[in-house]
Amino acid sequence: MAGQDSDHALVVENLSVAYPLKGRDRAGARRRLLAVDDVSFAIPRGTTLGIVGESGSGKTTAAMAAARLVPHSGGTIHLDGEDFGALDAAALRRARQRVQIIFQDPYSSLNPRLRAAEIVREPMLYAGRTDRAEQERIIDELFEAVGLRPEQKSLFPHQFSGGQRQRIGIARALSTRPSLIICDEPVSALDVAVQAQILNLLKSLQRQFDLTYLFISHDLGVVQHMCDEIAVMYMGKFMEQASRDSFFAAPGHPYSRALLDAVPSIEAVDRPRPPLLDGAVPDLSEPQTGCRFASRCPHALPRCENEVPVLADATGAEGHHRLACHRADDIGPAASG
Amino acid sequence: MAVQRQMTESDSQTPRAQHPLREVLQMFVGNRAAVVASVILLMIVLAAVFGPMLYPTDPFEMVWAPFTPPGTDGFILGTDYLGRDMLSGLLNGGRVSLTIGLVAALMSVFIGISFGALAGFYRGVVEEVLMRITEFFQVLPTLLFSMVIVALFGASLTVVTIAVGIVSWTAVARITRAEFLRIRELEYVTASRAAGASNMVLMTRVILPNALPPIIVQAALMVGSAILFEAGLAFLGLSDPNVVSWGQIIGSNRTYILDAGFTVTIPGLAIFVTVLSISLIGDGLNDALNPKLRRR
Amino acid sequence: MAAPLLEVRDLGVRFTTRDGQVTVLDDVSFTLERGERISFVGESGCGKSMTALALMGLLPAMGQVSGGMINFKGEDLVTASESRMRQIRGNEISMIFQEPMTSLNPVFTIGRQIAEVLQLHRGLDRRAALARAIDLLEAVRIPNAAARIDDYPHQLSGGQRQRVMIAIALACEPEILIADEPTTALDVTVQAEIFALLRDLGAKLETAIILITHDMGAVAQMAERMLVMYAGRRVEEGRVADIIKASAHPYTRGLISCVPHITADATRRLDRLPEIDGIVPPITSFGRDACLFAPRCGRASEACHGGRPAQAEVAGHKAHSVACWHPHDGGA
Repeated sequence: MAGQDSDHALVVENLSVAYPLKGRDRAGARRRLLAVDDVSFAIPRGTTLGIVGESGSGKTTAAMAAARLVPHSGGTIHLDGEDFGALDAAALRRARQRVQIIFQDPYSSLNPRLRAAEIVREPMLYAGRTDRAEQERIIDELFEAVGLRPEQKSLFPHQFSGGQRQRIGIARALSTRPSLIICDEPVSALDVAVQAQILNLLKSLQRQFDLTYLFISHDLGVVQHMCDEIAVMYMGKFMEQASRDSFFAAPGHPYSRALLDAVPSIEAVDRPRPPLLDGAVPDLSEPQTGCRFASRCPHALPRCENEVPVLADATGAEGHHRLACHRADDIGPAASG
Repeated sequence: MAVQRQMTESDSQTPRAQHPLREVLQMFVGNRAAVVASVILLMIVLAAVFGPMLYPTDPFEMVWAPFTPPGTDGFILGTDYLGRDMLSGLLNGGRVSLTIGLVAALMSVFIGISFGALAGFYRGVVEEVLMRITEFFQVLPTLLFSMVIVALFGASLTVVTIAVGIVSWTAVARITRAEFLRIRELEYVTASRAAGASNMVLMTRVILPNALPPIIVQAALMVGSAILFEAGLAFLGLSDPNVVSWGQIIGSNRTYILDAGFTVTIPGLAIFVTVLSISLIGDGLNDALNPKLRRR
Repeated sequence: MAAPLLEVRDLGVRFTTRDGQVTVLDDVSFTLERGERISFVGESGCGKSMTALALMGLLPAMGQVSGGMINFKGEDLVTASESRMRQIRGNEISMIFQEPMTSLNPVFTIGRQIAEVLQLHRGLDRRAALARAIDLLEAVRIPNAAARIDDYPHQLSGGQRQRVMIAIALACEPEILIADEPTTALDVTVQAEIFALLRDLGAKLETAIILITHDMGAVAQMAERMLVMYAGRRVEEGRVADIIKASAHPYTRGLISCVPHITADATRRLDRLPEIDGIVPPITSFGRDACLFAPRCGRASEACHGGRPAQAEVAGHKAHSVACWHPHDGGA
């Protein structure tokens, strides 16, 4: 993962995010909560990286830190080969338009006081693209691209359905032609039938405009459909990182397998697997001494509690496949389904 | 092809572009008490603005025998203990009372929004300092504090207005801060930030317009309480002696309340009706601006 | 044992709004046997939750039952008095909701909230009720139950709170448990545990379960039969396995295929998901004499817009019926 690789829209290395907490620990240092711990990923231009995890895994925090909307406590962020992580406040404000976000909740992500066209225009205003005629042209083009009608430009957000609001949010994210679009659970607040419409739209826009997505989701089915590469995150760390095909063909980490097994499938057949233990999740305000998943892992050994596993290439996997598990070789690759 | 298929979701009907403010107005008009109150308040304001021109009697001039009851000898509202025309006093006093109410309310809204917005937006040390200051003003005994100000700087109209404004801005500051704390976490604010909006733009153009509804309600109620407050000061003889206000009329006639009750009740009624109207309007605004009630 | 536990026939519900009467539920019929698990499936606004609320006698103030009957163990709940419904709710029919964060009272301990139901419906004294509460917490697999009954809701995780809700709902061993999207707010691993718990307890207590969901995967895991609802009507009903294998209604087909299901063979990659165009029609058009799905349907014809399709048996399938002018044949 070369930092200045220009084939990559985004290269993040050793990213950490720590939130300050009240009080000090026994050593007298300020207590802090390590929400994202030493995470690295790179997204080739025009592709999609999915980060999967349950609530509290730090997946959204990691993405927001990559966009510099949450301060990072360590690591580097390169956007189009440029050191995005080191920009000062003024330069950052000018550069912000290059990373845009599609949010989860279509009801709180649009300013209720602005008309649809103004919502799409907003990023262009701040980006200093002041030519009004050019803005109008882009707005018209985007409204068509996301499947909204021109006469809807003058409506206010509350006059749209959830799916239509999400289309406005997508048009807003596209208006400055960003290098990277973060999709933060973009369909999980939508009705089932509308989810498919939005997923299809995101895919066709990716082809049309050669977009790069960082796709945050808890839904493995959606991630399988949307992403080229997948990272599984648990309590602030990547547990597994692999290309889509390799991951779904042979998920290696016990946590990944547990996630996959838990997804209710319409091809419901009982897959006998050791169930997850009901262990306590680790307290991230304390330094971690072992694997964070050890307390719930059916395969845990004493070593798992005493030594933090590092993300390393999985043996025998085809292509790119990395695992952070002491027992990866013992429990063997498992076919899902 | 993909694009055309996606159009269908919205095909059923296109609603008219209706501004949110228009919706608010519709809700407000649906509240009968608020509409009646608006009409009454409008009449009071018109009377205060144009009344003294149409009825040019000097409110300080002794025009007739003291305690002339209303309706006798051509004096519609009678005369007070010095034989001054009550109607003229009421019209001129209305100007003063309403002006003080309005200016003091505007002042406290301005101070309150500044404090609340900065505290809610920046958090941390800024919030701590600003909110401690707010709390300091909040725990001051308001009447006593404003009496001190008036005693120190003299009882002019300006000082009285400032005194009223200074003791009543804390409520606005608290409401503004609470709204800012809530709204700054909403995703559309993050979206604006991600688009490159500066903190100033975020505060004034993104968050503030969405925080305004409860502030407007509070401001409306504050006009009423400022009028009452001024009346209280005037009643105690602490208001500007060179101008008439409703409170001052009550204050100066208070010893004769048993002999000529009308000299006190008439301005009292004026205050009561005005403040009640403003409260009802504030209530109506509250209903109209509250999105939870809007979908009934 | 010929009569089913619950028989709902031609149930209609109307709302009185400012603009007049609107139909919310339109001739909904189904039966439920003792211990059976059925699922109501459809998008939001299709009447799934409203059907459940009608069973509980908990329709919102502007709604009223406009026709049909709800026969529960020989008693018509439509005409039952409010005091009778109070006896039934939480005792013979109980319900759990989507949001475990807000459905527990934050100022009382969970033990007290479970005990309260037992004191109310079973007349247990406080001590006995608390002892039973511990048993129930154990039954819903909350570890160290005896110590946890003194916890307040905020001390529990979302999944544990939903378990407490289940404990409350099952405290009186009801005949029917209605679960309204019980896992939507929970993580996927927790969801799997909650489903397993509901299945096990349902079987043990012989409680019939009505699961309300939009997730076909959840249906496949949880239910034996399903009732697909659209715009306040039943559009398809049958055994889950039959419908997933060969759904007859285009809407059901859309619901099944528009979700990206995980496949082990990752090379099998769909470029586009099949989608159902458009959205659920506004509630004001629910009562019309037409197939309400027709505007979103690829198979629609004149007949669909002109008349309401009758619920008819799917040829060759027992207990599988569909309301459609142009149903898909059996087979995929």
